[in-house]
Amino acid sequence: MKVTIDGHEIEVEPGTTILQAARMIGGESVPPAMCYYSKLEGTGGKCRACLVEVSKGSEADPRPMPKLMASCKTGVMDGMEVKSISSPRVLEARKSVTEFLLINHPLDCPICDQAGECDLQNLAFQHGKSQKRYKEEKRTFEPEDIGPNIQLHMNRCILCYRCVKTAEQLTDKRVHGVCGRGEHAQISTYISAAIDNEFSGNMIDVCPVGALTDKTFRFKSRVWFNKPYNAHRNCPTCSGKVTLWMFGEEIQRVTARKDEFHEVEEFICNDCRFDHKDPKDWVIEGPRKFEKFSVINQNNYTKKLDKVVLNTEEHILAGREQDRKKISMKDIPYTEHESKE
Amino acid sequence: MATKILLDKIDIPGIKSYEVYRQNGGYASVEKALKTMTPDDVTEQVKASGLRGRGGAGFPVGLKWSFIDKKSGKPRHLVCNADESEPGTFKDRYLMEHIPHLLIEGMITASYALGANLSYIYIRGEYMWVFKTLERAIKEAYAAGWLGKNILGSGFDLDLHVHCGAGAYICGEETALIESLEGKRGNPRIKPPFPAVSGLWGNPTVVNNVESISNVPWIVMNSGEDYSKLGLGRSAGTKLISASGHIRKPGVYEIEMGITVDEFINSDEYCGGMMDDRPLKALVPGGSSVPILPAHLIYKTANGEDRLMTYESLSDGGFETGSMLGSGGFIVYNDTACIVRNTWNFARFYAHESCGQCSPCREGTGWLEKVLYRIETGQGTMDDIDLLWNIQSNIEGNTICPLGDAAAWPVAAALRHFREEFEYHVLYPEKVKDRNHFVKEPFENVKHLINK
Repeated sequence: MKVTIDGHEIEVEPGTTILQAARMIGGESVPPAMCYYSKLEGTGGKCRACLVEVSKGSEADPRPMPKLMASCKTGVMDGMEVKSISSPRVLEARKSVTEFLLINHPLDCPICDQAGECDLQNLAFQHGKSQKRYKEEKRTFEPEDIGPNIQLHMNRCILCYRCVKTAEQLTDKRVHGVCGRGEHAQISTYISAAIDNEFSGNMIDVCPVGALTDKTFRFKSRVWFNKPYNAHRNCPTCSGKVTLWMFGEEIQRVTARKDEFHEVEEFICNDCRFDHKDPKDWVIEGPRKFEKFSVINQNNYTKKLDKVVLNTEEHILAGREQDRKKISMKDIPYTEHESKE
Repeated sequence: MATKILLDKIDIPGIKSYEVYRQNGGYASVEKALKTMTPDDVTEQVKASGLRGRGGAGFPVGLKWSFIDKKSGKPRHLVCNADESEPGTFKDRYLMEHIPHLLIEGMITASYALGANLSYIYIRGEYMWVFKTLERAIKEAYAAGWLGKNILGSGFDLDLHVHCGAGAYICGEETALIESLEGKRGNPRIKPPFPAVSGLWGNPTVVNNVESISNVPWIVMNSGEDYSKLGLGRSAGTKLISASGHIRKPGVYEIEMGITVDEFINSDEYCGGMMDDRPLKALVPGGSSVPILPAHLIYKTANGEDRLMTYESLSDGGFETGSMLGSGGFIVYNDTACIVRNTWNFARFYAHESCGQCSPCREGTGWLEKVLYRIETGQGTMDDIDLLWNIQSNIEGNTICPLGDAAAWPVAAALRHFREEFEYHVLYPEKVKDRNHFVKEPFENVKHLINK
């Protein structure tokens, strides 16, 4: 089937969604996705960040769709024409969704462990405004302890439901879910039970914001000060393929490997994630690459660094001769010899 | 007297019980349908009747039935939506409370038409006493052989259950209702797939309002053509209107569609005029989610025609100068009502009832409520009025289900028609401190202050 997104044509299989087709094309037209996760069944459609305009339904029915469609949930039709960044309506909708997601968000990036690899940060950077119109007090939640490994910051949550679907799909029994309704809906384990299923740590990786973070990594480092390496180990439970976040010789954090859309390639078990922080446990394959504009590249050790050469006038740091005379005390003569001591 | 289809037997003493209902011609449509008609005949009659969904959207019932996937071989279900939670609407409660067997009769006939062997009535949790009434009525129907295996020896089996909701407005949205019926959290599903293809437990499902289903027995007993002769044009048949507000006789009325709004409000047969000598100020014709109409657009449309009680006439002029028939929650306001407070009240309802699934609705409804509260309590600014407009337009159309739209429309309409009242609240915070400020000083008397 043929679909055109922002003027780019592509042939796709039936059953492909607009978002998947856009990802195949790549580039600027890929709609942002805060809740959709291709590896998790039943995700998507909730955040409304990926809304696109369907300007032509299909070859058979060329009428445009009146409403903006969630691209992660809308299947392509043959001959469909989609406008993503080429539609002012879409950009307006993305701006408003970004604003809605941020009004109750604490904006505590400076102390948030997710900062630097946060989808909401990226979305706000691309589509957010610098002013705020929300004067009211932000909604807050009572802190809740959900076990020894995972830190829940409900105030940062955008209710994407990814962690709920992760638990449904990967763990033997889901012990957490969404309680409450509307603005007060929250991720919770009902009566503060601990989440300790074998694969529960993947909730951290799928969380697009800093609502679920790794307690073993809490406040250890900013992600861009870490050096990420691909590594693997022989794990009886999972594939054992991970990214190690090192600081010097220390493994500060273990995560699954994520692709360019920040989606986990292979889910890993809690054993690999939380209990193997010794470099001897792992076979390090090499540096992990990140997309060009990621802030993680700030500390990129794979980049070839040129030697810094200062091209300045000779003696500029020492100052001019006449100035030195003026400043220095007349009675004590200045000599080259003394200054070197 | 106008033709009555649903309420013609409502005054018969004891109509709530099976015996009296049966003696008065009850369950005849089941006999007729099962013995003399094929399921497709029934569907055809309903299609020909032009009956439109009475829950609010007004989608033709027969058409909805014809979409149900009969080829897949999966079991089919009929679900009756009795989760009537729209502020201002109370017609379904009246029907189920006083003549429960009418709904059950309709459910049997409709299930036969759809080939459904397991049907449900999903009733809201707040209607617990109605739930019990229905339970009793269903037991009576089982005992009399109208439900169960091999009904009337026709080979058609039907089990009917009443399921009680737990107090969520959102469960009146058909896919959220299905989720709730399955025992899950009542979050609306993303369509497509539509329930007609994949609904309850993934089976083809039709969800219909109580009033829609209650019309089916009459259509079967008479004919689709007879039904389509009632009413006016595409607004066929009769409609239950839940009238409330500042009128002399609030209550549930069955009207033949096509009478004028003027007649409905002022005739003694219906609302009986305004409750006292305070003048009419505004009207919400179809439940809290539809746009509010200012006085000059109630009896006449923008181009000077009489406003009629039909789907078409009430929405004449689009959202600029019209509204919608919706679910028939007819709320009349006189000049003591404060539109800002009323809008805030509605916004508070939607903020409370948003399921929290999609971001524009979850965050936007709460934001609307907070800004409206600020304006209502005299702490707003002129920028807030523009902000409100902007928020509602950002919610509308960008959400999964219509709750976002339902929250945005009343705010938009109030701003469109009553902007001066919002400005009055901003400019004269001292005057609006008392919530009954318009009782003492109606807006007409203080209007001049704004244009100063």
